[in-house]
Amino acid sequence: MSKRILIVDDEPNIVVSLEFLMKREGFEVAVAADGEAALRAIEENRPDLVLLDIMLPKKNGFEVCQTIRANPAWQSIKVVMLTAKGRDTEVAKGTALGADAYMTKPFSTKDLIAQVRQMLGLDG
Amino acid sequence: MLQGWVIASVSFAYLGVLFAIAYYGDKRADAGRSIIANPTIYALSLAVYCTTWTFYGSVGRAATTGIGFLPIYLGPTLMAGLWWYVMLKIIRISKANRITSIADFVSSRYGKSQLLGGLVTIIAVVGIVPYISLQLKAVSNSFTILLNFPDIVMPAKAGAQPLLQDSALYIAMILAAFTILFGTRHLDATERHEGMVAAIAFESLVKLLAFLAVGIFVTFGIYDGFGDIFDRAELVPRLKALMTVADTGASYGSWWSLTFLSMLSIMFLPRQFQIAVVENVNERHLARAIWLFPLYLLLINIFVLPIAVGGILHFPDGGVDADTFVLTLPMVERQEALALFVFIGGLSAATGMVIVETIALSTMVCNDLVMPVLLRWKALRLQEEQDLSGLLLAIRRWAIAGILLLGYVYFRAAGEAYALVSIGLISFAAVAQFAPAIIGGIYWKGGTRAGAIAGLAAGFAVWIYTLLLPSFAKSGWLPLGFIEEGLFGVALLRPQQLFGLAGLDEISHSLFWSMLANIGGYVAVSLRRRPDVVETGQATVFVDVFRHTEGSASSRFWRGSAQVQDLLPLIGRFLGPERARASFLAYARRRKLSSIDELQADADLVHYAEALLAGAIGGASARVMVASVVKEEPLGRDEVMNILDEASQVRAYSRQLEQKSRELEAATAELRAANERLKELDRMKDDFMSTVTHELRTPLTSIRAFSEILLEDPNVEPGQRAKFVAIIVKETERLTRLINQVLDMAKIESGNAEWHTVEVDLREVIEESVAATSSLFGDKRIGLDMSIEGGAPKVMADRDRLIQVMLNLLSNAVKFCEEARGHVTVRLSAANDAVRVDVEDNGPGISEQDQRTIFEKFRQVGDTMTAKPQGTGLGLPISRQIIEHFGGRLWVESSPGQGAKFSFTLPLNREGGMHQEERAEK
Repeated sequence: MSKRILIVDDEPNIVVSLEFLMKREGFEVAVAADGEAALRAIEENRPDLVLLDIMLPKKNGFEVCQTIRANPAWQSIKVVMLTAKGRDTEVAKGTALGADAYMTKPFSTKDLIAQVRQMLGLDG
Repeated sequence: MLQGWVIASVSFAYLGVLFAIAYYGDKRADAGRSIIANPTIYALSLAVYCTTWTFYGSVGRAATTGIGFLPIYLGPTLMAGLWWYVMLKIIRISKANRITSIADFVSSRYGKSQLLGGLVTIIAVVGIVPYISLQLKAVSNSFTILLNFPDIVMPAKAGAQPLLQDSALYIAMILAAFTILFGTRHLDATERHEGMVAAIAFESLVKLLAFLAVGIFVTFGIYDGFGDIFDRAELVPRLKALMTVADTGASYGSWWSLTFLSMLSIMFLPRQFQIAVVENVNERHLARAIWLFPLYLLLINIFVLPIAVGGILHFPDGGVDADTFVLTLPMVERQEALALFVFIGGLSAATGMVIVETIALSTMVCNDLVMPVLLRWKALRLQEEQDLSGLLLAIRRWAIAGILLLGYVYFRAAGEAYALVSIGLISFAAVAQFAPAIIGGIYWKGGTRAGAIAGLAAGFAVWIYTLLLPSFAKSGWLPLGFIEEGLFGVALLRPQQLFGLAGLDEISHSLFWSMLANIGGYVAVSLRRRPDVVETGQATVFVDVFRHTEGSASSRFWRGSAQVQDLLPLIGRFLGPERARASFLAYARRRKLSSIDELQADADLVHYAEALLAGAIGGASARVMVASVVKEEPLGRDEVMNILDEASQVRAYSRQLEQKSRELEAATAELRAANERLKELDRMKDDFMSTVTHELRTPLTSIRAFSEILLEDPNVEPGQRAKFVAIIVKETERLTRLINQVLDMAKIESGNAEWHTVEVDLREVIEESVAATSSLFGDKRIGLDMSIEGGAPKVMADRDRLIQVMLNLLSNAVKFCEEARGHVTVRLSAANDAVRVDVEDNGPGISEQDQRTIFEKFRQVGDTMTAKPQGTGLGLPISRQIIEHFGGRLWVESSPGQGAKFSFTLPLNREGGMHQEERAEK
């Protein structure tokens, strides 16, 4: 059974690229353009991993991450934060809120794919 | 018919009452429950100023000079206004230095000079004797007149009666005995006499009531009120003249000089000094005296003119001395009781004056004249005497008797030549001589002992020559030719027209020359030499009294070694051994020591001992006595100067410190503000960097992702490949735009931007911008209205820049409008000298707070954590810079929920393109 990935980002072009990359790896892909839509999507169909942007309309990535971690049923969901803001404080904040990994935009597509695969336990 | 024995026994009964009050006052004072610790009693006791001279003499003077009696009371009233400055300072100095008399004050100020103390004492005694004789004359006359009740018989001339039948002699003796009982029952280190003050305050009330009683009787009893009296006076030419103020230059002059003279007298008459300064219990009592004392003077003067007029109307032939009107008016109306009351009032005025004056003078005579001589008189071996307190009391008692005797002698000699007021004024002129040395002494540090001696001696000599000797001459003691032809027949030396100065009354004349000599001598001699060590020390203690804390100041100027075993017996000899031990013990207790033995004989103790002694024998003598048991190491001038310098440096330094600390605080506040501003700027820069970084990274993310996809995967189907490449191109454009904007802003900021200023048609600019953004509007389905008024206004500007501004405003409007429901209106209008453009949307609006910040660089509306900002936050700042560059204004009007209206104005081009080329070059 293929893994489900939820892509949360409000930049359409970035979503297009991520969707293409994840589908190419054979994952099932869902997309949300803001924080609230992201939480709705998780409730409807629980993903295995969320690619989460931080600067989102309505509810930012930190809040979404916090909500995920607050729900016992969602503990197994992996969260990879993707952000254009690369400051150390934000990395630390994301990690503290329960993100499993943190990647700074622009990222290497190879690294991103490797990271996602590793977290889903597909390599090794 | 009033029998002599009735008058005498009533008088003695009255004196008995006074004595009882005084006795009670002293008892209460010893018990520590003072009855005079009361500002009203203090103010009343100051009314000792009003003697028989006031009581009888004011009417006498009013009868001859009309309101000419007033300056004597105007002066003190004026002076009372200055008390808070001058008197307070004198009181403070006197308390701090245990000063017991005016002579003590002057001698202490000028280095505790015995010579000066003696000189002041002599001036005071000689000057005051006529004044005392005046009291004797008044009491004696009123007694004699009353004795003939109800007949009005003027008393015989003073000195005409045989000595032993002269009532004045007996009055002098009674007063002397009474004063001795009052004032010298025991010796007090502070020279305070609480019981006496209480009695004086009582007397002040009695004399006021007596005078008011006569006034009311004459005004409302004999006549029909003030109006009636003055109406009648109008009919008599002599009286009419009295009612007018001085009418010649000379009389104006004498008004001034009398006012001035009495201003000084209220301060420097020994009895005023005694009551106001020495007997003062509490500085704050002065505050009430400042208004209550002038009020007293006003009350006691209200009826002066009515009585004078009444007297003249009653005794038109001049057979009755106007000085006696107060008494003779009730008598002629056969008011026995009132006449007796008046006599008691007059007696009050006389006894009050005589008691206080002679006590003050006897203290001075004892401390500043007799003791210094006796202590130097080696043959007397006083230095070895064990208890001198008895001797001190004896000296004072003899001094009191002696002074009254002198008063009587003057009365016999000169009493008849002058009216009461004139005799008083002679005394006033004498004590006025103290003014330069005292006033100068408390405000000018440069005054020296030699200066004070010179001034006092010169002023006193002039006073003797121009006032005292003429008064003797007029009494027949000296040939009258002395007055009329001058000394040795030299006209210039005529004592009442000295150096040809004529046209002044004798008092003004004497005052002028004596003050000239006094002040001149004081200042000139003082300036010849710098004050020496002791003088400088005392000058500082006096002049800077408000700056020093109690006691510590004087002892700083002393250095030496002493033994408690030497000091204690010394003090004991003058105060009595028990009082001395008690005082030392009290001093020790204040220092938290349990016994006298633990006391260190340091500078403070020596100073304390000297102050104790000063209370008993005066400052100058005390200094000599203490010096005899203390091995004093004199301070050199340099050392004193150092102490003074140090003090002033410390003051200056602390002022500087205060100043610096204020400056520092201000600087700190500025720094803090600057720091806040910097932090704010730093935060803004951080935000901007973060925003710019974000804006750069976002397109870069897409570009990199698609580039890698295309690079690694050649099998991407052509349709997708084309889409990906298109995205890359679009994102690259976005990046370029951003970078351009940042650079543009930087250029404008640094002033390096290029401006192509030409005449621009704003309508074209708007149309072009709208056309350029039509796709934006189309995409979001946002409506657009245009309203162009006033033809095609021309402005001088850079066309492309204006399009940039319009594009920015339009795209902002679109950005914040809701899709499909949004609507934007562009309006162009021309006013007198400006053209205005509005771009209005129906979006969410901008809060007032944000309206202020959106024009700041790097600021964007909205919480950056929840809403991703669109754009760089540079569009509006750049637009504003552009509009302002062309002399216009860009602003926003909005309220949340009501949309936003961005407007700008530009000045209309009226110059018709004259300077187009020139401007284009810039």
